[in-house]
Amino acid sequence: MTIERQIRDYITRNVLFTDGGIEYDDDGSLLAEGILDSMAILELVTWAQKTFGITIEIRDITPENFDSIARLASFIRSKAPGAERYVSAAGSALDEAAA
Amino acid sequence: MLTMLGSIRHRGPDQFGVYQDGEATLGSARLSIIDLENGRQPLTNEDGSLWLVFNGEIFNYVELRPDLESRGHTFRTNTDTEVLLHLFEEYGPECLHRLNGQFAFAIWNSRSQRLFAGRDRLGIRPFFYVETPHGLLFASEAKALLTQPEVTRELDLVSLDQVFTYWSPLRGRSAFSGVLELPPGHLLTHSSGQITTRQYWDLSFPEEAVTKEQVAPTEQYVDEFTDLLCDATRLRLRADVPVAAYLSGGLDSSLTTSIVRSRFSNSLATFSIAFDDPQFDESGFQQHMSQVLGTRHEVVRTTHADIGRVFPQVVWHTEVPLTRTAPAPMFLLSQLVHDSGFKVALTGEGADEFLAGYDIFKEAAIRRFCARQSNSRLRPELFRRIYGDISNLGTVNPAFLSAFFQTGSRDEDSLYFSHLVRWRNTARTRRFLSQEIRHATDGPGVLPRFPAQAPRWGRLQRAQYLEASLFLSQYLLSSQGDRVGMAHSVESRLPFLDYRVVEFCNALPTRLKLRGLRDKFLLRQMGRKFLPPEVWNRPKRPYRAPIYRSFFSPAPDYVHELLSPRSILTAGYFDGQAVTLLVGKAAEGAGLSETDEMALVGILSTQLLHHQFVTHSPYASPVSKNLDDVRIISAPKTRAAAGYAGRSEIIALGDIK
Repeated sequence: MTIERQIRDYITRNVLFTDGGIEYDDDGSLLAEGILDSMAILELVTWAQKTFGITIEIRDITPENFDSIARLASFIRSKAPGAERYVSAAGSALDEAAA
Repeated sequence: MLTMLGSIRHRGPDQFGVYQDGEATLGSARLSIIDLENGRQPLTNEDGSLWLVFNGEIFNYVELRPDLESRGHTFRTNTDTEVLLHLFEEYGPECLHRLNGQFAFAIWNSRSQRLFAGRDRLGIRPFFYVETPHGLLFASEAKALLTQPEVTRELDLVSLDQVFTYWSPLRGRSAFSGVLELPPGHLLTHSSGQITTRQYWDLSFPEEAVTKEQVAPTEQYVDEFTDLLCDATRLRLRADVPVAAYLSGGLDSSLTTSIVRSRFSNSLATFSIAFDDPQFDESGFQQHMSQVLGTRHEVVRTTHADIGRVFPQVVWHTEVPLTRTAPAPMFLLSQLVHDSGFKVALTGEGADEFLAGYDIFKEAAIRRFCARQSNSRLRPELFRRIYGDISNLGTVNPAFLSAFFQTGSRDEDSLYFSHLVRWRNTARTRRFLSQEIRHATDGPGVLPRFPAQAPRWGRLQRAQYLEASLFLSQYLLSSQGDRVGMAHSVESRLPFLDYRVVEFCNALPTRLKLRGLRDKFLLRQMGRKFLPPEVWNRPKRPYRAPIYRSFFSPAPDYVHELLSPRSILTAGYFDGQAVTLLVGKAAEGAGLSETDEMALVGILSTQLLHHQFVTHSPYASPVSKNLDDVRIISAPKTRAAAGYAGRSEIIALGDIK
């Protein structure tokens, strides 16, 4: 699963509270569209740190890094080049544990 | 009528009275505060033609009485109730302009068959009414009306939608279909089957050019304001029972308490709320102020579990969906005040609205600055200065805060500029409403109404108007004021809401209210005279109460039940999938955003309202002629009930005095 897809899924379920997907592209502004507020940013930061095993500093929480799905995915890749693999591995481990 | 009175007996448990003739029935549940022996209601005039039921206080009744006596009115009591009755007799509806108080009342003229009702300027006391095929019903609380079979028990979907944007229904509405609120500063008449309402007072401000200039030295304003606030406090100590005071630890209640101690009373009991959760606790400041002022101080210590436990009772009393839990500790506080033997408490409410204490006023100024100085490096830091103490907001990179608030900068020319960010953020909770409701209502597209002269006011003044007419009148004075106080038969009195104080503050130059980002400038200058520097100079800390931990650590049984997919589906107000995802998020303990928490409280309180008032009838045991102190007066029928065969044209209910 791509990082973009995971971000979209997270926002859909935990910020928009729906399973129906969100109707904007990866470059759409999350702030201007009213998708995120400043509180939801903090949740997103916490989730990204746990999910991708990265550390996000306060100075990193900027519109340049967080204001669209594409920007956030790019930021995560810059922090952790193996992010997709990390998530896949974590997902497999969870699947095994569940099984 | 006895059932209606039974449903609001908490508001006035001391005496009950009923007047009835062929056309009207008036009822009263009295909380006796002035002239305990003789203040029984309904009260009539010298010739028995007028009958009054009255909830609240006319504080300047002592000053009004000599004029009425000189005009030949004779008094049988020492109550403000009787002054009000004779004042109406003498001046008619214009009497409202002479009243300094907090009141809702109705006067039945048995000769002309007209009913006249009035509500205080800012809406401190409630008044609800319903027009039915059989006539007019009115009461201090909607639940009294909902006990009557001709009133349909259903939630008003437009009001519900408005709560999820404005934090309360807009003026004139209640949470229930067909149940209307007489708005603050309005009067109502009912005659020949016709109901008419009219506004007799509204908040007003000078034109912007006037408030930009300061024509006199600051000290002159401070002296005048000190005299006014002291007099407003003096009037609000009038009672034949002891008066206590709430002490929040902030500037406003510290100041009114200090005035009482230094000018009027050697002995004063003060009460405050403390939280186990240190994020919300102010008890250190409260204890300090109590020691400085030498009051007998009592504290209600509140836990998350306490808030979850009493929340259903709180919603029963507030009768409206809530987006915060802050009324719950106030409910516990009034219980402590009641159990300590008090019926009356002074509070510091109102200073934040009329002297610009709230962050929303500063936020609007910063947003405007940012919109005009788009390259200023100060922008992010300005936001952090006012929002650093909310949740974890202070840890967000300032650049993001700036970007967040910038989203509203395109609205700079709007009369509603100051509040658009708040409303848009809150309206995000509308996503939890069912598709049917979102499609059936105008939602946030309906805006609160401004007076015609508002475009000529200054920007701060327009923001103050919105904050006072919406947040103060429609939420704070009811859900955090009258309702949770009266739940335990405690009347709050508010010196900052003396209309003379309000009109004085509204006429002030802007820079005496908000000077840069320094709020309540004039009040702090006055505070120097009464309080230690650590109090008058202290930054404002908003009163808040914990939310999701109150409902999910652990969750009370009713939370599971009312938020279950089955209950959500049955009630039909919300999107089941969205609510399930929100509840799951809360139950995981992952932490909810500010918006999530507002949604959670809004959904839960709506479900409670549905359960308490729609699914079940808000039936209360009637006032008993055998067990309660009840007096019933039956007058001969004066006229046939035209058009309403077999029914009274008016069933009326008042309360308290």
